[in-house]
Amino acid sequence: MAPTEIKEVILDILSDITPDEDLSGLKDEVAFREQLELDSMDFLDIVMELRKRYRIQVPEEDYVQLASMSSTVSYLTPKMTDCVLT
Amino acid sequence: MYDTIIIGAGMSGLAAGIRLAHYDQKVCILERHYTIGGLNSFYRMNGRDYDVGLHAVTNFTEKGAKKGPLARILRQLRFKWEDFALAPQKGSRIVFPDVQLRFDNHFELLRSEIQQAFPQQIDNFNRLVDMIVDYDDLDQAAFGVSGRQILNETISEPLLIEMLLCPLMWYGNAAEHDMAWGQFCIMFRSIFMEGFARPYKGVRLILKNLVRRFRELGGELKLRQGVKHIHVENGRAVCVELDNGEQIIGQRILSSAGRLETLRLCSDTVEPDPRQAGQLTFIESISVLDREPAKIGNHDTIVFYNDSEKFHWERPTAELCDTRTGVICSPNNYDYAVNDGQLPDGIIRITTIADFDRWNGLTAEQYQREKLRWYDRSVAASVRFTPDFRPYVIDTDLFTPTTINRFTWHDNGAVYGAPDKQLDGTTHLENLFLCGTDQGFVGIIGAMMSGISMANLHCLRD
Repeated sequence: MAPTEIKEVILDILSDITPDEDLSGLKDEVAFREQLELDSMDFLDIVMELRKRYRIQVPEEDYVQLASMSSTVSYLTPKMTDCVLT
Repeated sequence: MYDTIIIGAGMSGLAAGIRLAHYDQKVCILERHYTIGGLNSFYRMNGRDYDVGLHAVTNFTEKGAKKGPLARILRQLRFKWEDFALAPQKGSRIVFPDVQLRFDNHFELLRSEIQQAFPQQIDNFNRLVDMIVDYDDLDQAAFGVSGRQILNETISEPLLIEMLLCPLMWYGNAAEHDMAWGQFCIMFRSIFMEGFARPYKGVRLILKNLVRRFRELGGELKLRQGVKHIHVENGRAVCVELDNGEQIIGQRILSSAGRLETLRLCSDTVEPDPRQAGQLTFIESISVLDREPAKIGNHDTIVFYNDSEKFHWERPTAELCDTRTGVICSPNNYDYAVNDGQLPDGIIRITTIADFDRWNGLTAEQYQREKLRWYDRSVAASVRFTPDFRPYVIDTDLFTPTTINRFTWHDNGAVYGAPDKQLDGTTHLENLFLCGTDQGFVGIIGAMMSGISMANLHCLRD
């Protein structure tokens, strides 16, 4: 899966777990927490949705990698090379 | 073989079940009663719908709010704000002799009422509010500090302290006399700073949405399937045995049965000390009126009354009930959506503190007689604080501590469970966890939050 597709996956997950947020203006380089009302429960959900949808395991020590869109995409790119957009 | 077995189909068990089933776990909820809901249930009698637990959903925030427990629960369970269809309260009161404090879903009303009734205390009150806002929910050490002690250090008018404690204890304090500071802060925010609301269709709307979602996700719900034993081997729960002898195997168990009630099920434990059980239970009378309460001048959503300057939050010592304090709830007095209109009947519910042992010890005949007697006495006590509705009553019912015991299975019918909470939900077994009232979150929103948090913490991380 290409980085642009991974970004699409993350946006889809975010819109699922925060249905009231407007994600159109989300900046890639700025932390999600600064732009969205996300708490630790929501971060757990990003991880859980990745596992559910693509069987990707994100160990707890790697949660910090999911801070912003760009860091998330670069962290996931090697892990998701074989994944297909569903 | 289930990934998780959940004991109890109340708000906490159902919410936990949704989380786990959403993440593809094989989940089974076992409920001893013939219906769902636990403390927050409902029934139908003489062609009318009745709610059991719900007076009000606390923690109300408007649609679009991103902070607060309600928004969090909706996100975690993937519900839309509209799914709970919450209509806000019209306004409530705390009434003591010669002084009352009104409050609604806008905190400034309470502040101005205190300014007016207790002008010397307003700075102290504002200081208290700052401390409550700063209280960290996760601070286990501060949770158990005496709430009364902190109130006494902050507010110098005893009457105001009693008036603030009254609604907060009524809506969620398992201990007698005093309230843990952490519990006080959580309840203060949920009632005074967020507020009350109710779905037009009552608690059944929320429960039916929870069950429908749970089933859509592949979860199994088994009613009339009480758990008789939890079989333990080498520090692990290996299976549950149902009342009918059937054994069900699960990797882990999440129990909303209560802490002592759950420990008692385990094959490796001795009978827990009954003195640890909760003691506070209620009777509740329901009066159906031939008109809306507003037509007789009752515009209050909830009235918390107390007939002396000191608020007594304790098990009755002399009689079956203690009518010195009580709660008057008028489900009609919510701002329902225009297309819903008003409820079909006028309803007034009166809640009164009761003694489980005395109610439980009655013969069937005495029980029926005492129900009638205490309906009259609790209503008579309440009309000191609300317009007298007795001439307009067309139907009544009363549920008692033994009813609550049947729905919740809690020792003593203790509405808010045991006083000592197990905030992290752990037990002596590595794969048995607690959720629901004895984990520490109470109320409808609290119970769902408990199920969600314990599912996230203990059941989803492997």
